[in-house]
Amino acid sequence: MNSTFKAVTKDIEIAAGWQQKYRQIMLLGKQLPAMPDALKVDDALVKGCESKVWLYIEFDHSENSLVLAGDSDTRIVKGLLALILALYNGLTPEQAAQINAYDEFERLGLINHLSPSRGNGIKAMVDKIQTMAEQKR
Amino acid sequence: MFDIAKIRADFPLLNETVNEQPLVYLDSAATSQKPQAVIDALARFYSHENANVHRGRHTLSENATRNYEHTRTLLADYFSVKSNEIVWTKGATESINLIANGLASQLNPGDKIALSAIEHHANIVPWQQLAQRTGAQVIILPIESDLSINSEHCSEFITQQRPKIVAITHASNTLGNITDLAPIISACKAINAISVVDGAQAAMHLRPHLPEISCDFYVFSAHKMLGPTGLGGLYGRYELLNSLDVYQTGGEMIETVSLTQSTFRDAPGKFEAGTPNIAGVIAFAEAINYLTSLDFQHMRQHEHTVFAYAINQLAAIDGIRIYSNQECNIGNISFNYKDEHPFDLATLLDGFGVAVRSGHHCTQPIMSQLGIPGTVRASFALYNNKDDVDAFINALKNSIELLD
Repeated sequence: MNSTFKAVTKDIEIAAGWQQKYRQIMLLGKQLPAMPDALKVDDALVKGCESKVWLYIEFDHSENSLVLAGDSDTRIVKGLLALILALYNGLTPEQAAQINAYDEFERLGLINHLSPSRGNGIKAMVDKIQTMAEQKR
Repeated sequence: MFDIAKIRADFPLLNETVNEQPLVYLDSAATSQKPQAVIDALARFYSHENANVHRGRHTLSENATRNYEHTRTLLADYFSVKSNEIVWTKGATESINLIANGLASQLNPGDKIALSAIEHHANIVPWQQLAQRTGAQVIILPIESDLSINSEHCSEFITQQRPKIVAITHASNTLGNITDLAPIISACKAINAISVVDGAQAAMHLRPHLPEISCDFYVFSAHKMLGPTGLGGLYGRYELLNSLDVYQTGGEMIETVSLTQSTFRDAPGKFEAGTPNIAGVIAFAEAINYLTSLDFQHMRQHEHTVFAYAINQLAAIDGIRIYSNQECNIGNISFNYKDEHPFDLATLLDGFGVAVRSGHHCTQPIMSQLGIPGTVRASFALYNNKDDVDAFINALKNSIELLD
């Protein structure tokens, strides 16, 4: 588990009640740098989302690490995206493969956002990242 | 008298809690809840009555056939039409596909199919496919800037354009707006256009008298009328219905079969290939009985009171924009708050136990016209009350506070 993720999830963990939890998630989204409109192209859209999610996954060969950037047009999904980016950014493919995003979201009480029926594409984002990590191992 | 407390007690699901909050169900446009009588009928059928229909001379099969056909009669009475004009399908979507496919051989290249701009995708895509197959052309009826359908404008358009088919909704699923069908159907009749009305949303709320509407086809879904899922159907004016090409072929729908050729039964039988949704049809009788046990005027009055109350409460919130017609409406309210994404609002409302839908509601052309990704839709039914509205408005204010 990387230290960025620990830092960003601290406030969610101690949030009292679901409203505070959502407030923290939306705050995380707000802090995520906005992606330039030029990058918000259909090719970068994660399929199967009710909201729009643009996700870029690059591989830094010199550092042997994943470089992620993304944005969403909804606050909640953008916050959840920020969590995912914090979870995976800068990891080596080996480290990324060890991550179980489901366990992490479960621990944070956010697991319903990972169900396929939720349609907000969190699952699709995680799958996309894991596929990339697999390819680079 | 419309005893709303007694009615609510008939719908067990309304007592559920969601996210540790009492459920406020405002998604009846997606699917209605079911009265206990419907739920009991499904269990009773499988426990005591299960048998296939239209074959077998044993008692269970004959009873199942009688009950299955009895629902057809009940629904025909509900719509004031003849029972042989009712075809069972798996829903309004399949009904439109059945009609569109059935009309294929009556279309020629260059023929026009007119649709409104606010149709559900189910009343757009099958016609586009039909047009592609036959060389026909889809044209769009005029729409006003507030997305309302002006029947006079549409009638003039129909008279000028002379489409072969006109497919239009009786009430918009996204907006709830009720279409004034009469002038449109008369314009169709004047040029011998075939009229297809999507009644998926209106069939429960408006209890349509089809001879008065005078359309050629009217499609519906049982699950939006207190009935089981996986069932719907269509009304078709008999002569025209019977002239449609068959949609699916197989058992049940045939008269005679040899290894080289077959003859088909008359409508509605020839459109019901294979073993139908027997349990669904039989349980649907209870839904129709439930609806007809309620005085229609009282029911509509109640629905309108709750709807108007919701509209007033919503409009009083600063930053809310309502897209629906606020007078002539079955009970669906589409709205947004400022520039907030409907997904965020719906997610937060769900946290408060309020079930609404967000998104494009299978009407992407409407969203393109409005230039928005979607709306939040709160849709009401006969079992909703003012307490539901209060809980919804309260949750909405709290959600807005979380967003601001």
